[in-house]
Amino acid sequence: MTETFYDVLRRQGITRRSFLKFCSLTATSLGLGSAAAPQIAHALETKPRTPVLWLHGLECTCCSESFIRSAHPLTKDVVLSMLSLDYDDTLMAAAGHQAEAILDEIRTKYKGNYILAVEGNPPLNEDGMFAIQGGRPFIEKLRETAADCKAIISWGSCASWGCVQAAKPNPTRATPVHKVITDKPIIKVPGCPPIAEVMTAVVTYMLTFEKLPELDRMGRPKMFYGQRIHDKCYRRPHFDAGQFAEAWDDEGSRKGYCLYKMGCKGPTTYNACSTVRWNEGVSFPIQSGHGCIGCSEDGFWDKGSFYDRVTDIKQFGIEANADKVGATAAGVVGAAVAAHAAVTALARARSKSGIDIKQGQEER
Amino acid sequence: MLAQQDAHEAERNARLVKAVYVYEAPLRLWHWVNALAITVLAITGYFIGKPLPSIAGDTSAQYVMGWIRFLHFAAAYIFAIGFLGRIYWALVGNHHARQIFILPIFNRNWWGEVLYELRWYLFLVKEPNKYVGHNPMAQLMMFLFFTVGAVYMILTGFALYGEGLGAGSWADHMFGWVIWVLGGNSLQVHNMHRLGMWVTLCFIIVHIYAAIREDIMSRQSLISTMVSGWRMFKD
Repeated sequence: MTETFYDVLRRQGITRRSFLKFCSLTATSLGLGSAAAPQIAHALETKPRTPVLWLHGLECTCCSESFIRSAHPLTKDVVLSMLSLDYDDTLMAAAGHQAEAILDEIRTKYKGNYILAVEGNPPLNEDGMFAIQGGRPFIEKLRETAADCKAIISWGSCASWGCVQAAKPNPTRATPVHKVITDKPIIKVPGCPPIAEVMTAVVTYMLTFEKLPELDRMGRPKMFYGQRIHDKCYRRPHFDAGQFAEAWDDEGSRKGYCLYKMGCKGPTTYNACSTVRWNEGVSFPIQSGHGCIGCSEDGFWDKGSFYDRVTDIKQFGIEANADKVGATAAGVVGAAVAAHAAVTALARARSKSGIDIKQGQEER
Repeated sequence: MLAQQDAHEAERNARLVKAVYVYEAPLRLWHWVNALAITVLAITGYFIGKPLPSIAGDTSAQYVMGWIRFLHFAAAYIFAIGFLGRIYWALVGNHHARQIFILPIFNRNWWGEVLYELRWYLFLVKEPNKYVGHNPMAQLMMFLFFTVGAVYMILTGFALYGEGLGAGSWADHMFGWVIWVLGGNSLQVHNMHRLGMWVTLCFIIVHIYAAIREDIMSRQSLISTMVSGWRMFKD
């Protein structure tokens, strides 16, 4: 297993020309400039492949579905081989004991040198009974493989935050990877699913530079999650101008006005949808006329409706948003103040009239 | 002659009023600038969350949300810098300037007076006490709803502002952690910041009512004190 990525590519009939095209495209999509293209080519020609184990916990496989649709044909055809994807129970040909044996083999042979990619998350309730693979709980498999890995990639919102299966009341206690594995570097690539090109670019970056991409406070690669959808949205001028779609299919909505009032979560969502877009850069939700639902944000299922801007706050045990709670509180305070003022005025009038009579008597 | 009449009336009915200089000029100036900033912040903030009806026409000719946000941020800077100035004044000003920052919570007597004031507001006592500065109840409310509230609004507000300036900006460096501490979901911090606006509104209602009521009912001046700086005692 000492062959390089380049060897693998050539073996699979990819021309050098196509290979170099891929390198320059990757350099561009990583925002590295043209000078980095030869560096990427050199790395791929000389470095041995890093094994990747791709585990699936509680999930819907939308991350894998997204990943295999990575825009550039070469990315789809090549990265899967480049990765030396040695284990992925959805994609691999092997099954059963044969498949599980690969896990042990990689763990011992590449101790501390393989990357663990986790799609989905482990459910912890009932000793992990809600996700059984090969006859035992997924959480055990995750702990074992994570023990000897170099780094973990948390694919998608499930592995990064918990996503739908961790939404309240979270019956299986689905738990994001970083809350279970605490002693390994973890790169979160959230999204439901993440953008295909973001996934392949993160992997390529790690293979090329042999280090993790720079992460933000939340553990996401800065290069793709450094800005909000809103910051690069092509409808932003309509936001600044105060031009909004007020209802679905109204005049503003047809004119492509900002979807803020329709509950677009672009201003609070960190992702690259408005720059990289989806399906070979064809479109993204806002471009298709629907607001962003904030799928790459922590707990987005539990933070109120997709169609409200000022969303409901569930912490109060009632379904009400900040405005309803606030206006009610202000109303109560206002009424209390009015009542207090009335009582004060009455009490004062009563005592005042008493004083006046007294004074009048004194004057007489 | 009218003047003579007035002098006559004054001679008959006037009483001596004692006055103490409480609020120094910088503090009074801060109070009114701050009040204006909060008003602008609350109104523009409301419309940032629930924008005004759309205006049709050439997009490049409109900048409604842009201006609303600009006013909000400009007022926020005035509010925050004013608050820093107020802290400075608490250090160099007279001892009344420190009242809203430090509560004498270990003073049993003070708590007793808080209760006394509460009973006064509940119509259980006939006569309020006289205070040169805030009464203890007012001081407690000021601290909880203004001082703590202002810190909360500045922290959450500038954290959200840092999102617009972008990762690596000064606001992100200084306040970005607030979003992380509050759970990492920006939408939730927006909601919490908005809730803070409503809490402030409740405070303003009580604050203005109490000031007017005490000006009439208590034994000292309230509203004019924040204009002239002098606290007058009526008896």
